[in-house]
Amino acid sequence: MTALLETRGLCAFYGDTQALFGLDLAVEEGGITTLLGANGAGKTTTLRSLCGMVRTRGEIRFDGWSLAGQPTESIVRRGIAHVPQGRGTFSRQTVEENLAIGAITRHDRAGIADDVNRVYRYFPRLKERCHQQAGTLSGGEQQMLAVGRAMMLRPRLMLLDEPSFGLAPKIVEELFSILGTLNRTESVSMLLVEQNAEIALELADHAYLIETGRLVMAGPAAQVRGNENIRKFYLGY
Amino acid sequence: MELFLHQILAGLATGGIYACVALAVVMIYQAIDQLNFAQGEMAMFSTFVAWQLIQWGAPFWIAFVATVALSFLAGVAIERIVLRPIRDAPALTQLVVFIALLAILNSGAGFIWDYQIKTFPSPFGSGELFGQSLISPHDAGMIAVTLMMLALLYLFFRHTRIGLAMRAAAANPESARLAGIRVGWMIALGWGMAAAVGAVAGMMIAPVVFLEPNMMESILLYGFAGAVVGGLSSPAGAVLGGFAVGIIENLAGTYIPVVGRELKLSIALAIIIAVLVVKPSGLLGRAVVTRV
Repeated sequence: MTALLETRGLCAFYGDTQALFGLDLAVEEGGITTLLGANGAGKTTTLRSLCGMVRTRGEIRFDGWSLAGQPTESIVRRGIAHVPQGRGTFSRQTVEENLAIGAITRHDRAGIADDVNRVYRYFPRLKERCHQQAGTLSGGEQQMLAVGRAMMLRPRLMLLDEPSFGLAPKIVEELFSILGTLNRTESVSMLLVEQNAEIALELADHAYLIETGRLVMAGPAAQVRGNENIRKFYLGY
Repeated sequence: MELFLHQILAGLATGGIYACVALAVVMIYQAIDQLNFAQGEMAMFSTFVAWQLIQWGAPFWIAFVATVALSFLAGVAIERIVLRPIRDAPALTQLVVFIALLAILNSGAGFIWDYQIKTFPSPFGSGELFGQSLISPHDAGMIAVTLMMLALLYLFFRHTRIGLAMRAAAANPESARLAGIRVGWMIALGWGMAAAVGAVAGMMIAPVVFLEPNMMESILLYGFAGAVVGGLSSPAGAVLGGFAVGIIENLAGTYIPVVGRELKLSIALAIIIAVLVVKPSGLLGRAVVTRV
C-alpha cells in the first residue's frame, strides 16, 4: 500500500499561538486511519490544516500534489471531502439542495443524479425528507446528510471530524457501519478524528495518537487497541 | 375612491423601485453582513452612464442593456479592488469605505456631469394608458420591469447552479468552501448583481425624480426602510417591504394632512423605528441568534 496523503513536519498556528508541532502522518490508499486524542490535542486543527483553513508550515502531499498554502476550494476540488465538526449543514436549504451543493464542482448531470440515488440508498431517511429544510433534521440525520454531501464530491479521501459527536449510541453504530461499507465498496480512503476511541479503533486499520499538538504514538489499530496502558492513560476506556 | 386607487397604484410603482434598492441592499447584506451605504450612489452613477449613452445617440433599450452590463462589471470590480483587501477588517473600517465610496461617486458624478438637474427619458411614453387616467404608462412600465426583474432573479437563485452556489456561500461560507465553492468570487458576483439591480432601479426612477447626483438619497432611505420592514435576511421580504413602504408613503402623504410633501421622507424613518421596536427581524426575516 502507498500513502495517499502524507504530512512531514506539519505545524499549525492560530495567530501567534502554535497548535501543531511537526506532525508526520500518512493515510494509506483505500484504508481508514484514525486520529485520536483528548480535547484540545489538535485533532480538528490537523484536519483544518490539511484543508488550508489554518496557517501551516511543513509539507502536505496528496497523491503527489503539494497542498500546503493552497486555498481550501482548490484542495477540495482535488478530491478531498471534509465533513466538518458541527456538520456544516446548510440549514435553510432543503436536503436535496444540500446534496446538490456537495456536487457543485461537477458537471456530469447523469452522474450527479446517480450519486443522489446512491446517497439515498445508504441513508433512506434522507430520501424521506428530501424536500425538508435541512435545519429541521435531527442531529443524526444532519450527520448523515454531511456524509452524503461529502459523497457527492466523489472524493478519494474523506476527512471526518467527530462524526459521533452528540449522537445516540445506536445511531453512531449505524453511521459507522455505513462508513465501513463506503470505504470498502466506494473505495474512499478516510481520515477519522474521534473522541470515541473505542468505536474509531474498531473501524480503522491504522491509528495515531496526539497530545497537545505532538504525536505520541502510531501503529496498526489492533495493536493500539490491545495495549492496555495506552487505553488507560490516553483513551480512557 | 379614485384618488385612493390612484395613490395605491402610484405607491406600487415607486414601491417597485424601493423594492429593487432594498433587494440590492439585502443581497450584499447576506453576502458580507454589511449595509452598503453607497448602493444609492452606485445606482445614480449608473443612471448617468445611461443618460450619457442616450445623449450620444443610443436608443433607450440599447443604453439600458449596456448600462446594466457595465454596472455589473463595475460592481464586481469594486468588490475585488476595494473590499476584498479589507474582508477581515473590523466592521467600522468597512463602513468608512462605504461612506468614502458614496462621497467619491457623488462628487465624481457632479464633476463629470455637473449638478444641474437633467430630464431622463421614459421608454414607456407619456399620455394615457388604454384611455384611463388611473395609472400613467411610465408607472405601469416601472411595475412591469420590476416584477420581471424579480422573477428573473428568483429563477436564477432557485434553478441555476451558480444561484445555488451563491446561496450556499452566503448561508455558510466555511461549509461552502469545503464543497469547493469559490466563495470570494460568489461575493463579487453578488456585488455585480446588486449593482445591476440598482442600475435598473435608477433608470426607472430617473424620469420621475429627474437626474442629478443626489437623486438617490431619499430613495436609498426608503430602500433601507423596505429592507428593514421585510427583514434584512430575506430577499422576498425586502421586495414585499419595498412595495409596502411605497404604498404607505403615498397614502400618508395624501391622507394625513400634516405629512404633506415636506414630511414624506420622515415616514421612512418612522417605519424603520416602528419595525425595529415591534419586530426587529422584519416581516419575513429570521431572528439571528449569535452564540457568545
